[in-house]
Amino acid sequence: MDPIQLNLLKEIAELHEVPEGAYNFRANGQSVGRQSTENIEITPKSDVSGIDIRIKPGTKNESVHIPVVLSESGLKETVYNDFYVGDGCDVLIVAGCGIDNCGQQDSEHDGIHRFFIGKNSRVRYVEKHYGSGEGTGKRILDPVTEVYMEDGSSMEMEMVQIKGVDSTRRTTIGELGKDAKLVVHERLMTHGVQKAESVYKIDLNGEGSSADVVSRSVARDESYQKLDMCIVGKAPCSGHTECDSIIMDSGRILAVPSLEADNVDAQLVHEAAIGKIAGEQLIKLMTLGLTEAEAEEQIINGFLK
Amino acid sequence: MLELKNISFGADNDGTKVEIVRDISLTIPDNKFVVITGPNGGGKSTLAKIIAGIVKNTEGSIILNGEDITDKSITERARLGIGFAFQQPVKFKGLTVLDLLRIAAGKPIKIAEACEYLSEVGLCAKDYISREVNGSLSGGELKRIEIATVLARDVKLALFDEPEAGIDLWSFSNLVRIFENMRASESGRTIVVISHQERILNIADEIIVLADGKIVKQGTRDEILPGIIGTKYATDVCRKVTESGV
Repeated sequence: MDPIQLNLLKEIAELHEVPEGAYNFRANGQSVGRQSTENIEITPKSDVSGIDIRIKPGTKNESVHIPVVLSESGLKETVYNDFYVGDGCDVLIVAGCGIDNCGQQDSEHDGIHRFFIGKNSRVRYVEKHYGSGEGTGKRILDPVTEVYMEDGSSMEMEMVQIKGVDSTRRTTIGELGKDAKLVVHERLMTHGVQKAESVYKIDLNGEGSSADVVSRSVARDESYQKLDMCIVGKAPCSGHTECDSIIMDSGRILAVPSLEADNVDAQLVHEAAIGKIAGEQLIKLMTLGLTEAEAEEQIINGFLK
Repeated sequence: MLELKNISFGADNDGTKVEIVRDISLTIPDNKFVVITGPNGGGKSTLAKIIAGIVKNTEGSIILNGEDITDKSITERARLGIGFAFQQPVKFKGLTVLDLLRIAAGKPIKIAEACEYLSEVGLCAKDYISREVNGSLSGGELKRIEIATVLARDVKLALFDEPEAGIDLWSFSNLVRIFENMRASESGRTIVVISHQERILNIADEIIVLADGKIVKQGTRDEILPGIIGTKYATDVCRKVTESGV
């Protein structure tokens, strides 16, 4: 990998070297490194671009890293990655994509991730998206994440896109069985003339299932965000969505939280708030010696932490 | 030393100009504990905010250690050593107590150092250091963290705007203890507290009574306190609770 690719890798996966455990590195449309372990098998798909990741039942405290980097201008790809997590597992999955576009043509990576999570398994999923490069070509990411959760399983997702992605439409779909639990923390920041759309549709199908989808976002400059979060309660269940946004400069945000209860015992709550940074917060940090711009950065960093 | 020369501040209230601070001149020497008291609406908080640069005075000048700081920003004044504790502590989503103390200290202080500041305000550090400075903390806790942020800075002049506002009686007793400790420590900083609380007035070197935007009395504690004790300028927090029948 070249220095640009290594830098992208550091940003999206905090990787400085080859990680322990199973991994698949993809750079400019090619797999450049792959390792399976005794419990985690990674195989390429034969019909479309992408990989199958099969995790044996009972696998605990193991991790899979599947970062993708694009440093070639004009490259467009759609990749299908399917994760089959056996029953009773406890694993960490780190994905993410970094695009560096120094050219004039658009670069685009669309990762379609499907998770089939077995009974009583626990998965922590981290996905970071990052863009860099001075070219006029856009950096585009349209990821789709589908999660199918069996009884008693739980998943914690951390979805982060802080910098440099010109256009994104992220779609997350969840279907939860009995006592399954999904927790999502999304952090999004857009600047320049970027556009970001984040759509969630979580179906709580099983009794005792729960979902907590929390999004914190910041729209700066002329950027635009649409946050569309829907939880459907089809059984006695509990669901909560929260969109909390800071708007700056001439940024625009549309928050559309929605709830659908199809069962009398579904307990669903949504919260949405959009506002600029409170003047008193800036003043407080200025009385501690920060300039207004430094105070703004601290407030945003804290908010998106 | 802080000198205020002919400070006035007027605000526009539906077309009528209201003078909130009227031609105040005063000198606060170094290493003093000064309490400013007076009726609500008398201009106390506005005066403290004028000193910190949060409110811009319309007339007069402010001199800190011989330097005219009248036109300096909040940030510049903070960097010259002025600290300000808000009457209503500001809440932040995401910023933790440790983050705030690090910002206040102006350097990446170690957790152990941050814990010292929290201990100084009577908070058990390990319970608070990673907590977010948000609505999950009580009024008393926020107030103590607010004071800790001022302690974490190496300030020459610390301003406390009604530190007792919005806290319960138990927290108030702790608060008085914090000020007593600050008073006793030889830190070399000047402390200006806005308060009508007798127990805080009791530890003052100097007391200033402000009413209707003007200084009506100024002198040492022994000169001023006997004359105002029992009035609304020097309230006993316990008596107030009893009288109100709570």
